Amino acid sequence: MMEPFSRHRGLVGPMDRANVDTDMIIPKQFLKSIKKTGFGPNLFDELRYLDQGSQGSNPQEREENPDFALNNDRYIGSSILLTRNNFGCGSSREHAPWALKDFGFRAIIASSFADIFYNNCFKNGLLPIVLHEDLIDKLFTQLYCEVGFSMSIDLRLQRVLLDDGRSFTFQIDQFYKNCLLEGLDEIDVTLRDKEAITRYEMERKKLHPWIFGAIK
Amino acid sequence: MVCDRQDGATLIYIDRHILHEVTSPQAFEGLRLAGRVPWRLDTNIATPDHNISTDPSERKAGVVGIPDETSRIQVKALDDNCEEFGIKEFKMNDMGQGIVHVMGPELGVTMPGMTVVCGDSHTATHGALGCLAHGIGTSEVEHVLASQCLVTKKMRNMRVTVNGKLGFGVTPKDVILAIIGRIGTAGGNGHAIEFAGDVFNDMSVEGRMTVCNMAIEAGARVGLVAVDDKTINYVKGRRYVPKGDFFESASSYWRSLVSDEDAQFDKEVYMSANEIAPQVSWGTSPEMVAEVSGMVPTMSSMRTSSEKEGLRHALDYMGLEEGQQITSILVDRVFIGSCTNSRIEDLRAAAAVVRGRKRASTVKQVLVVPGSQIVKAQAETEGLHSIFVDAGMEWREPGCSMCLAMNDDKLGSGEHCASTSNRNFEGRQGNGGRTHLMSPAMAAAAAVAGRIIDVRTFAENLR
Repeated sequence: MMEPFSRHRGLVGPMDRANVDTDMIIPKQFLKSIKKTGFGPNLFDELRYLDQGSQGSNPQEREENPDFALNNDRYIGSSILLTRNNFGCGSSREHAPWALKDFGFRAIIASSFADIFYNNCFKNGLLPIVLHEDLIDKLFTQLYCEVGFSMSIDLRLQRVLLDDGRSFTFQIDQFYKNCLLEGLDEIDVTLRDKEAITRYEMERKKLHPWIFGAIK
Repeated sequence: MVCDRQDGATLIYIDRHILHEVTSPQAFEGLRLAGRVPWRLDTNIATPDHNISTDPSERKAGVVGIPDETSRIQVKALDDNCEEFGIKEFKMNDMGQGIVHVMGPELGVTMPGMTVVCGDSHTATHGALGCLAHGIGTSEVEHVLASQCLVTKKMRNMRVTVNGKLGFGVTPKDVILAIIGRIGTAGGNGHAIEFAGDVFNDMSVEGRMTVCNMAIEAGARVGLVAVDDKTINYVKGRRYVPKGDFFESASSYWRSLVSDEDAQFDKEVYMSANEIAPQVSWGTSPEMVAEVSGMVPTMSSMRTSSEKEGLRHALDYMGLEEGQQITSILVDRVFIGSCTNSRIEDLRAAAAVVRGRKRASTVKQVLVVPGSQIVKAQAETEGLHSIFVDAGMEWREPGCSMCLAMNDDKLGSGEHCASTSNRNFEGRQGNGGRTHLMSPAMAAAAAVAGRIIDVRTFAENLR
């Protein structure tokens, strides 16, 4: 079962770039694992370290890039990522949300997300939140000014709450919301419609039999 | 569509599921942990492509010969999982193996009107046959294996119409790069794109695959072209396509897979063929493209501060100056291959440029990587491989290769590459590598000239 998400409070960390692609989130040399965990140390690998990493290299022995914001002491332990438009574009690799989650992020705030990445987040207890570009700008300004800038997220109410009392509503599809709130096993939910699937399959086979020619 | 659920989601039935070694192991593991079995076996097909070696001598040694241990484990895991669950796999050296999106259409694994998914974002390629095809994540790979269905939301639709006739030397790759340059990498987010108009009607089915392949680079999970005679002729006779009367009834249904004349689209884009010239990407996102005769943009042409920041970032990474002529960019390596451009027509186009010429001495390596075993065999029958080899280029075994550099085919830091692949992201082709996306003919010309050059005038320029 997936870890449910209802309320979360956490430190905000910046990824101040547009079009962050999934190659940047988790470079290809780390896709060779056959597990879903352990990707955190290589999140944003090429930006985060000065040396070139390979799978299995010990993060303690590597040289961190001091210019990469998330390496800055003030953002250590952040669990909410603030970023810009079209986050997660490119490859469909689910290793991207796995890496973000493994690193410790529970929510990502951006002005837009790429479709496949957005969808992949909900399978992994990671909440992608879309806020207006102007608001994102303001949040970045506040983040850079205030050390320890944190916020609370209430999924049930669909609100982001700041410590100064301001709060913002975000939109999310009912279906995605339920997935996260209940941490449902999606396959179980789908298989509740087993009969409908079988019925559809039979009808399709009658109508378009060529589709069912076996791959042998 | 199986049903609309009370929770607002829609369950759609998946006709064809293609698997490869990188995004499937965790899905099989999930099935095992939950004690589930695949819903249907005979609709799945697998082949390794992403991280296998393309070096002929390494390939000959089979899976045990893969030098990188983690890659070897992953390819072995695909073999073992397919064996255990009973899924048809074209193994690494089988005739039939190839890049998933080259293999699917060429074997008739994908046919018009099918819903097709694969754990790879370039699955939209199959939309060239009039399929509804898109990439999925690993959780969805497991979901499709277990239920033959996908939980989805209806996509908005968008039509990109390009009318007129393409000029000499302008190829499908140039068309899709120009479209991405126009609408941007997020332009198609949330949409399925139909490519329509004279240009796509006139285009070969393989050309349509190149176009649909890169729909995801415009943000759209799905790209497709309506079925016509070309589609039917392409599909006919392929290995898994029905024969005889069965084919006739299938094809009369397939012919109906066109948009209604009065169809309404959520978004419409119009372009004219004569405004499209050979394209080259200069930056770190596929929307950062220019005509080959053009130049890298200048800071003053950027409207917002974030655009300026984006340009500065890209120029730093690419080691280019603002306003620099595209044709002044020298190339260190050339890659001809990938699910975008590794089909027989692509190799023919590249070979036509290379024939009788040599790789420039300043170009360290030119990799020519056919998309599948079948493409490779066909190219060898036509003698294309000799043209490349005689020119000092490397003729490789089928796989994804330097498109994503999961194997040893990669760029060194700072190296510029003329590449027929689909993504120019930072580090995509190797840590610090600098990718310039272009057509096979343009990449071949760059290999010979040692710099980016307009393929339309390249013969004269060489003299």
